[in-house]
Amino acid sequence: MGTSSPGKAPEQVESVAIRFAGDSGDGMQLVGTQFTSTTALAGNDLATLPDFPAEIRAPAGSLAGVSGFQINFSSNPVFTAGDLLDVLVAMNPAALARNLKDLKEGGILIANSEAFNAKNLERAGYRENPLDTAVVSAYRLFKVDVTALTLASVRAFKLDHRAATRCKNFFALGLIYWLYSRSMDATVQWIERKFGDKVLGQANLAALRAGYNYGETTEMFDHAYEVRKAAITPGKYRNISGNEALALGLMAGSELSGLNLFLGSYPITPASDVLHMLSNMKALGVRTFQAEDEIAAVCACLGAAYAGALAATTTSGPGMALKAEAMGLAVMTELPMVVINVQRAGPSTGMPTKTEQADLMQAMFGRNGESPLPVLAARTPGDCFHAAIEAARIAVTYMTPVVLLTDGYLANGAEPWPVPNIDAMPRFPVSFRTDTEGFKPYLRDASLARPWAIPGTPGLEHRVGGLEKDNGTGNISYDGANHEAMCRLRAEKVARVADSLPPTVVEGAQEGDLLVLGWGSTYGSISGGIHKVAARNLKIGHVQLQHINPLPKDLEHIMKRFRRVMVPELNLGQLAMILRARFPETTIHSHTKIQGLPFRENDIAKAIIQLLETN
Amino acid sequence: MPTQSAYPVVEHTDPAGQTKQDFTSDQDVRWCPGCGDYSILAQVQKLMPTLGIPKENFVFVSGIGCSSRFPYYMNTYGIHSIHGRAPAVATGIKAVRPDLSVWLVTGDGDGLSIGGNHLLHVLRRNVDVKILLFNNQIYGLTKGQYSPTSPLGKKAKSTPLGSVDYPLDPVSVALGAGATFVARTVDTNVKHIEATLKRAAAHKGSAFVEIYQNCPIFNDAAFDFLTDKSQKEDNELVLEHGKPLRFGPNGGRGIALDGSLTPRIVDVTTEGEDKLLRHDETNEMVSLVVSRLKHPAFPVPVGVFRAVDRPSYDVMMNEQVEAASQGNKKSLQQLIDAGSWTVA
Ligand SMILES: Cc1ncc(C[n+]2csc(CCOP(=O)(O)OP(=O)(O)O)c2C)c(N)n1
Ligand code: SF4
Repeated sequence: MGTSSPGKAPEQVESVAIRFAGDSGDGMQLVGTQFTSTTALAGNDLATLPDFPAEIRAPAGSLAGVSGFQINFSSNPVFTAGDLLDVLVAMNPAALARNLKDLKEGGILIANSEAFNAKNLERAGYRENPLDTAVVSAYRLFKVDVTALTLASVRAFKLDHRAATRCKNFFALGLIYWLYSRSMDATVQWIERKFGDKVLGQANLAALRAGYNYGETTEMFDHAYEVRKAAITPGKYRNISGNEALALGLMAGSELSGLNLFLGSYPITPASDVLHMLSNMKALGVRTFQAEDEIAAVCACLGAAYAGALAATTTSGPGMALKAEAMGLAVMTELPMVVINVQRAGPSTGMPTKTEQADLMQAMFGRNGESPLPVLAARTPGDCFHAAIEAARIAVTYMTPVVLLTDGYLANGAEPWPVPNIDAMPRFPVSFRTDTEGFKPYLRDASLARPWAIPGTPGLEHRVGGLEKDNGTGNISYDGANHEAMCRLRAEKVARVADSLPPTVVEGAQEGDLLVLGWGSTYGSISGGIHKVAARNLKIGHVQLQHINPLPKDLEHIMKRFRRVMVPELNLGQLAMILRARFPETTIHSHTKIQGLPFRENDIAKAIIQLLETN
Repeated sequence: MPTQSAYPVVEHTDPAGQTKQDFTSDQDVRWCPGCGDYSILAQVQKLMPTLGIPKENFVFVSGIGCSSRFPYYMNTYGIHSIHGRAPAVATGIKAVRPDLSVWLVTGDGDGLSIGGNHLLHVLRRNVDVKILLFNNQIYGLTKGQYSPTSPLGKKAKSTPLGSVDYPLDPVSVALGAGATFVARTVDTNVKHIEATLKRAAAHKGSAFVEIYQNCPIFNDAAFDFLTDKSQKEDNELVLEHGKPLRFGPNGGRGIALDGSLTPRIVDVTTEGEDKLLRHDETNEMVSLVVSRLKHPAFPVPVGVFRAVDRPSYDVMMNEQVEAASQGNKKSLQQLIDAGSWTVA
């Protein structure tokens, strides 16, 4: 592809960030995903950030109903969905109002001019049409009557007016395909597969091609652009979102452990997709249970664990709050389970469609009594797969509940993902106890795990429960000394997980001026931020923790190799607080943001410079 | 996914040789002297060996309360879980292991107060578990607060002037939730417990049994109207499928329905047996009406209110998994690879 306006070759650019923004009914997520697939096929590195409203059907044209999809793609490595936009497609005034602040000065603004009518302007809070005012003067504005052009392009199919206007997202997509010299093939095939020979499919195809041709023939843009292939490590790739990766990761955990997978869950944004996906996996033996609430979900999970399954439960912040009591029971009964919290902005219901990392303290300490458990965090959408396997490995090896933290940004964000080969991954097969000789339910092995003896095994009948138990026999014990010994044992067991961790990877400098220590989804923003200050020749190292409890044993030593340690997090400093308590001799600089949005690369870059220049 | 059976292959115990002793654990039973729980425990331990199920295939699940200590005394698998949540724990066990015989022990506070939600759902789903709700109309373990089954006006620790909440009737709740087997029995009526539990054990699906249980410490004599010899005859209505509802000396009285579905007590000798309502375990309306008969206006029904067959949750879930795995057998690797492309 890549045919541009007559005579002009496309201009080569390195990186582009585009946001498609429109009404929630406009199909912005759909075209965003299409553009993503095509971009991945074209060999760019990329990251995406879908952003949809909390309201299911906010009134059309309203500010609350704006839905956006952002993609950042490049011929260089991409770390985040991008700080500022090169292109904003605004399908109506509300979309403009909500998104214009993110457009770069001089950036391309494509506005669906027909939608800037009196009614929509009023809904978006504009007193006059911003397309005719100074509001847009800093940008390269292109008014395109997308609606009329779409209607004209699909006239032959005799659709009713509503159906015909709905094709306008494909018109916009076609236009952007032209602008970035993209092949439409993948989308054409997708439409053909999705609609067969239905009229609607043909209309969408027509709109897509019309958009493309519009770009090519009108000479509205001086020329098209092209983003060259990135130097991507050869191999097999696919696009994956964090929630998809979690579902596949749990299934992989099941395969690698040899256990049947059980998921108990209760719907909550942004975790529900994991339940949806696994519910569709019955053909592979997955059992899912949509419980009456989170308490039932985690309790069913505990029952399934006792009975010998790889048990998992997925939720988001308020749901994990409800699960706390049963997680304590899992600590006490020393049963393995994976509790996944796809964090969102709180407290309480907070901003349910926005991202945050503020459930760390809840995961670490949000239970009654001394109830330590391993806490992990995934760093990218694709990493959710590996983190889920790691959570399963720890759970069944150490007989403990494990919390895995992801967040809304990872859940819905997608990235090209090097497809793993499951046969090449290390297995951690579980052997249930069957030998009656010397069996006691709370005997311990070298890692302090107790035996997993499941119902149906003759001679190993035993009872577990929440009351404190005698170490060994598991009989109820109110003995103070035994309680203390058991509390210490349970803590030591979790601490020993650190023995099984590989050396911590430090990216960038291995010693020097600054260690940026992050956890979870801030990985991309931190990497990008560090990249942005590369020219300054500072010695900056980056560690993104996967294991937060226990912390890797080599972490203290790594921190000591740097003059400063900065901990950026999307909360008010929770990891920083843990690190200060654990390593009182190290000065921890906490850098935080809590706006429901990921860090921008620039936020991190600025913080780095500020810290190094003022200290 | 896991290619072979994930569970160990074991040779099961021969159920024919099992005795009550096999089901008795080595733990001291620690209920108060005279507690109704003892009698129920003895009956359950006696029943288990007769069911033809290998001992290792039983799991007893409970919540929290005096009655919920039950699993410790059974020499089977068991979980003493958290307050009110036993139905959910049991559901998880059955979902992955339909081969197990799962029994759930709960109290009136545990099952109907904090766990009311879960009880409704385990019953409506018809998970194949046997639920024994020990109803002593009081909170025992927390030392004597009123419970959701305590009568209006009950004076207890937290209601010194008498409770102002209306009580729930566990049997009506269970029927309302669509339970497929619902019964009531009484702790001291050993023969009746035995017969009722036998039927519950044979039922495929949720079997809900309310057991009136005396708490001599905090609510003594709450069920004297059914257990005291001098009162029992006038107050006990024994349900038998297909039989007219008769009670009193020589079955001289009975229950009839007037035109507006209102039960009334009739004299059988003057009005004749034909007037009486016949019990029908398979008729939901009859079960519901019978469940509304309450002391002291009416005699209290004991026995099986309802027993119908309906596929259970765990069976349907596992059939779906089975059927789905028969067809389109994609491997996990194929799912991981979906939509992939190769960068050379
Ligand atoms: C979450 C929680 N809340 C409260 C309690 C305290 N508690 C224990 S048992 C109980 C009531 C038990 O009453 P019931 O179910 O009638 O059992 P009984 O002791 O009478 O057999 C309460 C309130 C608890 N253990 N957990
Ligand atoms: S308090 Fe009541 S219910 Fe509890 S053990 Fe004592 S007598 Fe039984």
